[in-house]
Amino acid sequence: MSLPSWMQHLILVPVLLPLLCGALLLPLNESHHRLKYGVNFASVLGLLATALVLMGMADGEQWPTGIGVYLAANWAAPFGIALVADRLAALMLLLAAVLALAALVYSAQRWSRVGVHFHSLFQFLLMGVNGAFLTHDLFNLFVFFEVMLAASYGLLLHGYNTTRIRAGLQYIAVNLAASLFFLIGTALIYASTGTLNMADLAVRVPALTGTDVVLLEVGVAVLAIAFLVKSAMWPLGFWLPTTYAAASPPVAAMLVLMTKVGAYAILRLWLLLFSDEAGAAAGFGYEALLWGGMATILFGAAGLLASEVPGRLAGYGAIVSSGTLLAVVGYGQPALVTAGLYYLLGSTMAMAAFMLLIELIERIRSPGAALLAVTMEAFAIEEKPDEPVGVGIPGALAFLGLAFAGCALIIAGLPPLSGFVAKFGLFHALLNWGPDAAVTPYSWALMGLILFSGLAAIIALMRFGVRTFWAAGAVMPPRLQPTEVLPVGLLLLLCVGLTVAAGPVFGYLERTSADLHRPGQYIDSVLSAPVVPGVAGGRAANVPEVGQ
Amino acid sequence: MEIVIAVAIGVLFGSGLWLVLRPRTFQLITGLLLMSYAVNLFIFIMGRLWVDAPPLTLGDGPPDPSAYADPLPQALVLTAIVIGFATTALYLVVMIGSRGLTGTDHVDGEEGDE
Repeated sequence: MSLPSWMQHLILVPVLLPLLCGALLLPLNESHHRLKYGVNFASVLGLLATALVLMGMADGEQWPTGIGVYLAANWAAPFGIALVADRLAALMLLLAAVLALAALVYSAQRWSRVGVHFHSLFQFLLMGVNGAFLTHDLFNLFVFFEVMLAASYGLLLHGYNTTRIRAGLQYIAVNLAASLFFLIGTALIYASTGTLNMADLAVRVPALTGTDVVLLEVGVAVLAIAFLVKSAMWPLGFWLPTTYAAASPPVAAMLVLMTKVGAYAILRLWLLLFSDEAGAAAGFGYEALLWGGMATILFGAAGLLASEVPGRLAGYGAIVSSGTLLAVVGYGQPALVTAGLYYLLGSTMAMAAFMLLIELIERIRSPGAALLAVTMEAFAIEEKPDEPVGVGIPGALAFLGLAFAGCALIIAGLPPLSGFVAKFGLFHALLNWGPDAAVTPYSWALMGLILFSGLAAIIALMRFGVRTFWAAGAVMPPRLQPTEVLPVGLLLLLCVGLTVAAGPVFGYLERTSADLHRPGQYIDSVLSAPVVPGVAGGRAANVPEVGQ
Repeated sequence: MEIVIAVAIGVLFGSGLWLVLRPRTFQLITGLLLMSYAVNLFIFIMGRLWVDAPPLTLGDGPPDPSAYADPLPQALVLTAIVIGFATTALYLVVMIGSRGLTGTDHVDGEEGDE
């Protein structure tokens, strides 16, 4: 089935739209705040719509094999840079857009106004994240990672204070070093295979012999350091709790997404390059990912039990979720990846909701802390943000309690919310992964660790909840604004939706995971993507034209 | 020639690594700079070492690949230099901000118990 020609360009929208919006907002100063917020909001809505359409296209009949390939500047793969939208990429785009919407709505009340260029940085961050999900070229992935990181440096420092700058100093140093490893890895991969296009790499890896295999494996291992720093695998994730605790709430919610970008890159690369058909390099690194993931879960669980501050609590929660994902990828079973993706969706949204909720809960403890007068003065912003006066929403305390309970249930993986379904799915996959395969000690170890991390999470969260809601002296019902309550409610409702619609969601994820474990089809789609005939660049390619 | 370049890159990267592990922000940024020089050189030689071979020329007929240096690492290294330069500049700003706000140039934002 052919598409109208403009539909083919939709794949570029998630990168182009935030780039243009972010650039457009740069010259406007902060006195046009409403306009800037409006543009940002419209762009995020646009991204959400695009992600939904792309998801429909990837899951529908529009593209043969459900994989959309966009050849930038009409250069045939592997010579040019290809953007690829398949089910997994579309899903991640949707998740990014949802989190961005929640973070942006939350920031309307105050956070978007405590510093300059929040909206531009926000858009650039989205551009980097979306680009990293879509790109199909390793070096281009590096560029998008850097765009994302540069924006995140700015956002982390947003609302400039001593804690943030201390955390920022370390966060930036760690990530600069990680970027250097990314480059070394990329260079080694290019040296051993002569290509950076992922599909082309997957074609060439099985043919490698001798020292080239070693060179490739070293390259991929060095490259993985960069991804694993982002996804905070033990022992590369010590930066994470401090950074999360220091960031302003909407930024922290976006940072939760950024750890998942690292896990996404690992998932994509490993299943593509080191599948069973990868010749001498088949199965490389899976065991390291599994062990690393399990160590990360253990580290995160211990951190959960040890942390007193809610921001750090959330950070260690994110580490546990990252560790679980890495272990799932390292286990290398399609059914497990399905459940892992479901876990990723639920845990990311719950963690982001928790990041936003923390600030609201803190208001119970110290009502005066809501005002950010100091930061405002430091930045000499003329227009004072609306003070949180006027009618807040009724039943604020009830909302906080319920929302907190919801987050806790999902993070700890207790019934009836999506965390439980995810863990059930994981255990089911671990126990039944082959018709006659015995359950390995690895499975038991992983299951034990997941259960232990759930226990640690529930202990830590209960302790925090009891102290805050029940044992605190005089609890003042805090004043909450609708724009602060909505995003938290939205994210939690989506998690409830995930639980209710677990059937269809699992169906989609099963198709996603099946695609990922059939790299041949993916490679063919990318390498045989037809160029548009008669346009510059199209002539240079010697790829035969394929009727659409 | 390979061994000279390899040793040079190794020395650069090693010095950078040592500096990155030092506690002062100035040492840290110098270390990051040295490491990024080493990495840039590393990317550059991944297209193998060539003498007297242009990366690209315009000519008639199909080109002979063995007469040209690999142009891709050269393109990559340009991008890497630009990005590395920008992020290092950004880091410098944060560093100065940190010095101003915390009154110390220690990477933890406070002096240790020395």
